[in-house]
Amino acid sequence: MTAPTALRGAVGTAHARVEGRDKVTGAARYAAEIPFAELAHGWLVLSTAARGRIRSVEAGPVLDMPGVLTVLHHGTAPRVDSEYIGMLGVPPDPSVALFQNDRVPHAGWPVALVVAETSEQAREAAEALVVHYEEEPHDIGFDAGRTDAYPVDGHMPAVTEKGDLAARLAESAVVVDAEYTTPEEHHNPMEPHAATARWDGGRLDVVDSNQGSTWVADELCKLFSLDPASVRVRSEHVGGGFGSKGVRAHQVAAVMASTLLQRPVRVVLTRRQMFSLAGYRSPTIQRVRLGADPDGRLRALEHESLSLTSTVYEFVEPSAGVARAMYDADAHRTANQVVRLDVPTPTWMRAPGEAPGSFALESALDELAEKCRIDPIALRVRNEPGTGPVSGLPFSSRNLVACFEEGARRFGWADRDPRPGMRRDGRWLLGTGTAAASFPAGAGPSTAALTAEADGSFTVRIAASDIGTGARTALTLIAADALETAPERVRVRIGDSDFGPAMIAGGSMGTRSWAWAITVAAGELRERLAAGNGIPPEGVTVRSDTTAAIGALAQKERHSFGAQFAEVAVDAGTGEVRVRRMLGIFAAGRIVNPLTARGQLVGGMTWGISMALHEEAVRDRVSGGHVGADLAGYHVASHADVPHIEADWIDDPDPDDPVGIKGIGEIGIVGAAAAIANAVRHATGVRHRSLPIRPDRVLAAGTGAQDA
Amino acid sequence: MTPPTSSAITLHINGEKRTLPVDHRTTLLDALREKLDLTGTKKGCDQGQCGACTVLLDGRRTVSCLQLAVAAEGREITTIEGMAEGDRLHPVQQAFLDLDGYQCGYCTPGQICSAVAVIEEHAAGWPSAVTDDVRPEAGPPPLTPEEIRERMSGNLCRCGAYVSIVEAVARAAAGRTTAESAGHPTVEAAGRTAVEAAGRATAAKAGEAAA
Repeated sequence: MTAPTALRGAVGTAHARVEGRDKVTGAARYAAEIPFAELAHGWLVLSTAARGRIRSVEAGPVLDMPGVLTVLHHGTAPRVDSEYIGMLGVPPDPSVALFQNDRVPHAGWPVALVVAETSEQAREAAEALVVHYEEEPHDIGFDAGRTDAYPVDGHMPAVTEKGDLAARLAESAVVVDAEYTTPEEHHNPMEPHAATARWDGGRLDVVDSNQGSTWVADELCKLFSLDPASVRVRSEHVGGGFGSKGVRAHQVAAVMASTLLQRPVRVVLTRRQMFSLAGYRSPTIQRVRLGADPDGRLRALEHESLSLTSTVYEFVEPSAGVARAMYDADAHRTANQVVRLDVPTPTWMRAPGEAPGSFALESALDELAEKCRIDPIALRVRNEPGTGPVSGLPFSSRNLVACFEEGARRFGWADRDPRPGMRRDGRWLLGTGTAAASFPAGAGPSTAALTAEADGSFTVRIAASDIGTGARTALTLIAADALETAPERVRVRIGDSDFGPAMIAGGSMGTRSWAWAITVAAGELRERLAAGNGIPPEGVTVRSDTTAAIGALAQKERHSFGAQFAEVAVDAGTGEVRVRRMLGIFAAGRIVNPLTARGQLVGGMTWGISMALHEEAVRDRVSGGHVGADLAGYHVASHADVPHIEADWIDDPDPDDPVGIKGIGEIGIVGAAAAIANAVRHATGVRHRSLPIRPDRVLAAGTGAQDA
Repeated sequence: MTPPTSSAITLHINGEKRTLPVDHRTTLLDALREKLDLTGTKKGCDQGQCGACTVLLDGRRTVSCLQLAVAAEGREITTIEGMAEGDRLHPVQQAFLDLDGYQCGYCTPGQICSAVAVIEEHAAGWPSAVTDDVRPEAGPPPLTPEEIRERMSGNLCRCGAYVSIVEAVARAAAGRTTAESAGHPTVEAAGRTAVEAAGRATAAKAGEAAA
């Protein structure tokens, strides 16, 4: 770790989470844990048909069951408006326009909400509710041969291309042409989605678990055609999100029921329902073609990715985008395509695009290194671009090589024998692998209010969301430094839409965006206080809005970078793959709180283990629904799967950010699965191009064969 | 006459007696959260797969979502709210706080309850699936990171805070051992710095092996 730049006060020093005591004592209350008098409980009923129409909802018998208050479905629910553009500049997924018609576009589509006095009553009644369907043939077949796939832009252009790909490939001394696949993956935050809605003095008050309270408030306000001032969404503690906690069926159902019943209604998704209602990462089929000179210099690069989306909304997992920042070539083509199937709409999941995309691209680089007989790190260093490969723009900073150098030194890479299958530990075959990581560094407009209190303390109000990132603590340190005071004198209040518009906790942009707004407000507040008119009893409050400042940022390639290293042990007899150690070195902007930052990066790398070896949601072609939609059928890495993981960073402050932040929430997963897959190749001599690397796949592929 | 579907029961929770009417379908988890306002115990899956709802029942850890409230009558229940003594955190809680053994915090109460039980189970000589010598006369195995990982595997953490959770459990266990005897070298060695050093040592060894 190199010496950090310009430390000042609290930023850069380790601080335990400000809400940590509440979390370890059980005092922190999450969305479903705020008591309300007269609370009623809603339980969603999901479609068992994979496509068709609802013929009838037999609500009568259920309404006679004890405690049942109402049954909402397309025949009884209030109308909502889903023809709008939300805060993030995109129209809503019509999946949140609950109970508006009789169409069923996928298995697990919400068809009714049963509301009762207790959750036990609601659950029994929901399970007893009979719904008749007029079923139609469904199509969930996701394969590379789909002729109905088409390019989709999403948050980046669908296709970029330059140069004559066919010609450069034909001229290349070394060519890699391979297909990689990743499965359907689910966020599975530990806290299920939950919301309580109620009308309070003419205002809609929603206690929720989300990644952006003003974002959710804005969507609810537009869906229900309400005055923005009449909607308040709060989300103080959030039990994980990873991209899944936006506007979902639970909030909409709770608002509908509380409006109808005029009492508080809570709707909590079950773990099984989350597999249909919380979004997920699309499976991908990716083809990478690399053409290079004998020394590994890339002459041609093509990355194509196919993902799926629902029939009701266009969402693309932009896996081919990663090469646009990582590697240049004379001929360079990247393309993201989707196919529409009778499945739920996927959504952002930790490092959307980069996570599956880096698995394919960084595996392909490893294959190229092997073919060229050069070290995989040397290959990457040789192909470092001077400017953005597609944009031609300068990088704000690009410290990838420094990450590899530091990582190689600490991991002991120099002593590695590149020949596969050479190391053993008893029955275990050992191997090591590496991969590069990158993730865009961005910021979104935010507002903040800072108050200098009469007692000398300060209060920060910002509609930030701490989904486990440590944002609340990071913002406390940033505010303390900006106000030139101690963190103990700063109280940061977050998770309330009444605090005004703010960036969501997403895209690794939350903390940077909120820190910017706080820094601007703090500067003005200090000026006001310096003017020396004293502090009145109500305090002195300053508001900031970073919309103009962020809009004025010069166009540059802005990214975090990292180098991932993994050592694996493979049991050739059982096919089991164990990760023995991992190291990640990152260049990811200024690190605000080393204690929580390490957790973010190690957490991302842990996701990489989970992605490489465990996670896979399987759909049954006959029913169109999942097989084993729970935490037994869908394995996420557990304690015993995760070895000691080290994450560290080099000094890399963003030159254009007031605090120097880039964002660290996502980069930890990028490249991690590729590093593990590359290590499995090194251990066994077999290349695994489909995730997860399950024991049956390892067994079927054997060892020493050329390919799996 | 239809049989009753609810009963008044008395639960012994965190040293207090609480009498409440419960629907016979109510799990211990829901009774804690919905009836007794003890929301520190979390519901992650409601089907015994994630460990977020772990509490101690007569001193042993159990997932409260698979326990009916009526079946817990008369037994000693300890939840996360009962771990601290006044303002003084339980050593396991303190270690989680100091070493950042969590992120979103939702699995944390279950992890802490499990960890408290793990340390007791280990001290009582219980072996685990990764214990080399399981003969009773062998005594408690060293509480290595591998032993902690194995014993804590019923508690999922989706944020991926396992590395710091293991460090926190090791530190708390080391503190207990130090307090009660002369100290256990392996446990003592398992703090954050030591584990990182071990990682580097392994790296060095791997380098040698490869060379």
